[in-house]
Amino acid sequence: MTETLTGAQIAVRLLERQGIRIVTGYPGGAILPIYDALGQSTAIRHVLARHEQGAGFVAQGMARATGQVAVCMASSGPGATNLLTAVADAKLDSIPLVAITGQVPKAMIGTDAFQEVDTYGLSIPITKHNFLVSSAEELLTVIPRAFAIAASGRPGPVLIDIPKDVQSQAIEIAEWPEPGRAEAVPAADPALIARCAALINAAERPVLYLGGGVIHAGAAGTAIELAEKASLPTVMTLMALGAMPVDHALALGMLGMHAARYTNLALEECDLLIAVGARFDDRATGKVAAFCPQAKIVHIDIDPAELGKIKAAHIGIVADVGEALDQLLPAVGANARTAWIDRCRALKTEFPLAMHGAADPRSHFGLIRSVAACLDDEATVATDVGQHQMWVAQAYPLRRPRQWLTSGGLGTMGFGVPAAIGAALAEPQRTVVCFTGDGSILMNIQELVTAAEENVNLKIVLMDNSALGLVHQQQTLFYGERLFASQFKARPDFIKVAQGLGIAAVDLDLAANPCATLVEAITRPGPCLIHVSIDSEEKVYPMVPPGAANRDMIGA
Amino acid sequence: MNAINRKEQNTLARAVLEIDVNNHPGVMSHVVGLFSRRAYNVEGILCLPVGDGKQSRIWLLVIEDQRLPQMMKQVEKLEDVIALRRHTAEHAVFQDLESFFRP
Ligand SMILES: Cc1ncc(C[n+]2csc(CCOP(=O)(O)OP(=O)(O)O)c2C)c(N)n1
Repeated sequence: MTETLTGAQIAVRLLERQGIRIVTGYPGGAILPIYDALGQSTAIRHVLARHEQGAGFVAQGMARATGQVAVCMASSGPGATNLLTAVADAKLDSIPLVAITGQVPKAMIGTDAFQEVDTYGLSIPITKHNFLVSSAEELLTVIPRAFAIAASGRPGPVLIDIPKDVQSQAIEIAEWPEPGRAEAVPAADPALIARCAALINAAERPVLYLGGGVIHAGAAGTAIELAEKASLPTVMTLMALGAMPVDHALALGMLGMHAARYTNLALEECDLLIAVGARFDDRATGKVAAFCPQAKIVHIDIDPAELGKIKAAHIGIVADVGEALDQLLPAVGANARTAWIDRCRALKTEFPLAMHGAADPRSHFGLIRSVAACLDDEATVATDVGQHQMWVAQAYPLRRPRQWLTSGGLGTMGFGVPAAIGAALAEPQRTVVCFTGDGSILMNIQELVTAAEENVNLKIVLMDNSALGLVHQQQTLFYGERLFASQFKARPDFIKVAQGLGIAAVDLDLAANPCATLVEAITRPGPCLIHVSIDSEEKVYPMVPPGAANRDMIGA
Repeated sequence: MNAINRKEQNTLARAVLEIDVNNHPGVMSHVVGLFSRRAYNVEGILCLPVGDGKQSRIWLLVIEDQRLPQMMKQVEKLEDVIALRRHTAEHAVFQDLESFFRP
């Protein structure tokens, strides 16, 4: 039996067939046929963000929290350009996203038509792949393909630009394509796995270096098993936090620019670095030539282009990291490695992370620890970008893969609130906390309205230092204390702002018993903003100055 | 062409890349964009459809610097790239065209 459907109806049906239950976006002229069809769908709920960038990050939050491809939509022109920051962010952090944009009708493309931009051209360098669809028929291959590409191998964003006339074009459909799914990758080369196991078995001071790929591959459990069997002290990138619980005996925490000293010092001494799903980002390695100077390197990654991109590996293995670790596990010998484990423990004792004020809920570390104390590992933790992000990375006891949502590669201020909303929508049973700064929150403040409308269980912890803290810090340390454009003169009343946008708000500054107020705010269901003033002179320490070697950390 | 003059250019080692791609309007900018984004000059480009026209073949003449292996991996990652082969600069494809490029 055939049905006659428009391109818009086909697109919506294909999303339904992909199992999509929530899409987020913002309408406009060139995507109205799709919105019209979406309005008729009983399977898909549309969440209206209040800015296309917000929509993009809401979708990212869903994808990051669940690992499943998420969908966002925008109209042509300004709708599409507003969406692009979130798409670029997804590219750098390998987040599976399908972004659908409306485009002016085919016949008007290239005429500088109203709200026409070259979305296809603009999105080439910031997507894993992109499509400009030229017929309703083509949607039947493009949409499943887009999902397959987004989810396969190293995940990433795919953009589909659909001209309005293609959305309106009616065709007969006799048969539906299979939904697009992640395609299998070839298994790791057993010979390389054997060599890798031999290196690990022979190493005296190995370190396991986990990146975001471990989270994407669902391989955190296997990575921990490997670490435990072979006694491998383990460092994590910003993207991998949660892969191994911070309080695991082998966990050495986050490496790089804002690592604890012991973490970077252990890397300095290691004789074998086992990089898994990590890409040797400059924030992690510091000056590359001085990174792990004594170590041989094993690099396992699903993306062949990552091998040797920054640092040549002695053994490079292209594979799904979960599959590779599964192969590696039985080949690696149990080994207590007492001397090295003791050495790492000694480094930890001698060069700990100084967390001053951890007992005071109105200091930055104390606040983070107090929030954590109100929650268990089921909670999801999102951040914006700045000092607060690094403090949370240092101080929040992350223990679960996908517990941690942060903009790593692009470092996009404005990520936090909408991404947290997305996480809360995808997993409504969890409490989601978003740590943000007074700079970052303003970049997507309008999404508080979305949070109110959706009544998500989101607690926004606003660490207000009346400054662009990280910029303030860099100017203080590296620009002769010439503070410029990093201090806010006007201070919004964030309590009133939050209330005005429809969500509850509490001010810990004014609370007689801040701990009690915090507990109450976090346990009350629904969205809430928790405002706390933070000293703008506080620094994220220790710190590797830009361009320096990781061993040359400054600050406490 | 960038600021390097012809004489200097001839002293630089070059390579020829042969890339089989799906034939559609965006594929050229996907491939060339990878180079321009990295400020990696492409000295020569040739592209024609192959067979029934579903695929095209792109020939690139590039300077061989230490980034070339990474460039090739990036090209291979593109969804529309079916195969990539590397040749030396002596490959006939560009040499036969010399007559069309006399100043
Ligand atoms: C969209 C965007 N613009 C600019 C920057 C550069 N930047 C990085 S951190 C930062 C300051 C962030 O301030 P705030 O959100 O208040 O956090 P704080 O550092 O004070 O904790 C700036 C401007 C950025 N990362 N993203």
